[in-house]
Amino acid sequence: MSTLIALETARFGIPQWLWTIGFIIVKIAVVLGGVMLHVAYATYFERKVIGRMQNRLGPMVVGPYGLLQPIADGIKSFFKEDIIPTNADKPIFFMAPVLGLMAALSSLAVVPFFNGFVIANINIGLLFLFAMSSLAVYGVILGGWASNSKFSFLGSLRASAQVISYEVPLGLSLVGVMIMAGSLNITEIVNAQSRYPGGMYITAQWLGFFVFVVSAIAETNRSPFDLPEAEQELIAGFFTEYSGMRFALFFMAEYTGMIIMSSIAVLCFLGGWTIPPFVLKILPFLGVVPGIVWFIMKLYVCIFFYYWIRSTLPRYRYDQLMAIGWKVLIPLSLANIVITAVLKILLHHTGTP
Amino acid sequence: MINQVFFFYFAVVIVAMSLMAITRRQVLHGVLYMLLLFFHIAGLYLFLNAEFISAVQIIVYAGAIMVLFLFVIMLLNLREDVRKKQFIAVWPMGLLVSVGILMVILMSMLTVHIGTKGVWGIAQIERATQTVAVGTVLYTQYLFPFEVASLVLLVAIIGAIVLAKKRLR
Repeated sequence: MSTLIALETARFGIPQWLWTIGFIIVKIAVVLGGVMLHVAYATYFERKVIGRMQNRLGPMVVGPYGLLQPIADGIKSFFKEDIIPTNADKPIFFMAPVLGLMAALSSLAVVPFFNGFVIANINIGLLFLFAMSSLAVYGVILGGWASNSKFSFLGSLRASAQVISYEVPLGLSLVGVMIMAGSLNITEIVNAQSRYPGGMYITAQWLGFFVFVVSAIAETNRSPFDLPEAEQELIAGFFTEYSGMRFALFFMAEYTGMIIMSSIAVLCFLGGWTIPPFVLKILPFLGVVPGIVWFIMKLYVCIFFYYWIRSTLPRYRYDQLMAIGWKVLIPLSLANIVITAVLKILLHHTGTP
Repeated sequence: MINQVFFFYFAVVIVAMSLMAITRRQVLHGVLYMLLLFFHIAGLYLFLNAEFISAVQIIVYAGAIMVLFLFVIMLLNLREDVRKKQFIAVWPMGLLVSVGILMVILMSMLTVHIGTKGVWGIAQIERATQTVAVGTVLYTQYLFPFEVASLVLLVAIIGAIVLAKKRLR
């Protein structure tokens, strides 16, 4: 990272703070551009994976193997007619999709994609991610409310109850990781994982990882917990009344949310940008591969898991959703916290970290 | 100088947002102004180097409590509030209560006196990070008040369950 730091020193007579600001803006542009491209191709990936799982080919027409499909979709939704319901609460109707996408995108500020590359390396990185993921629901709720339609309304009602319920296990499941790493800074959490078997927290925190995965799926409103947008019951749930680019914004927010949740899973449980040490021991030449490659590979494994679950499981009923959240996941995550804390104190006294 | 500018901005926006929140006809708009208000309070905390409190402010108030508010507003479906002229007939009573609260706040402000500085100065907090500082103090020095507070919350949870359950068997 010495080259990156060297960029920040004063040159060409421009003061250093201006360099720093410019450097941050470039970083933001790189991250946003990269992530939006991944969001576009995550939709393609999803359609391909689910197509294959259902014995179909998925998109094949636009470009070779349908590779230009996301771009065609983007252009189509951009030029579609933008319909606004007469009785909609217009300012909130306009604001809702933007709010959802904004919350999802601002989480990217604290995600370290590889060693040293993070827009804001703050001490409370993980808490910031929680805060932003809890704000993502405002887009859903306000969109559903402002549409002034029964289907949207029911969808957003479900969304608000679901997100409140699942935010609790989502937060609690990561407390085990926080206890083990002793920090909320995501870079430090990744670095702390190298001391544990496999270079990942998933070995020691498998219970926390299980709770995290289930509640992350529920938090991003993905199948089998996609009750806010249950097609068979509610047409499209909270975004029934949205069309054109506004609908696309909701879509982008959902996929960005998935990428964020997957990157939290990668960073907190799967070792982030590092390779497992035993792999490096067998194949030492893999050490030259940059960290971003491992990060993206792990990210896509997580995203594939999302799609796999979606094409495998049917949707849960509403009372089942609540029962899983409150009666299974929260007690499990609390047990995980107690076990982790007790073990940490015991091991700390016997001397091993 | 820049500190005062920031504080001025936060103070003005907080006052303006709280006024907007209580004067809106539509309850949901009021809630949204309150959301902005919470963000600015979080900014004020951040300004005081209290990053943990500011994150918790967003998570708890903006992420959980306001969503709960929205949930209740949606369940009640208060669409007639736009049509009704006035909700509360006895506004002098409300004025009396708010003036009383203002008096209490003013009296407590007059009697406040600044104590001696503790162990946790700005330098210590910056070295140990605020999360560690809050955790250490909360679980050692103030353990008893902390446990009392959590007991009060537990009583509230049990009370809510008792109220929500129609028949207790």
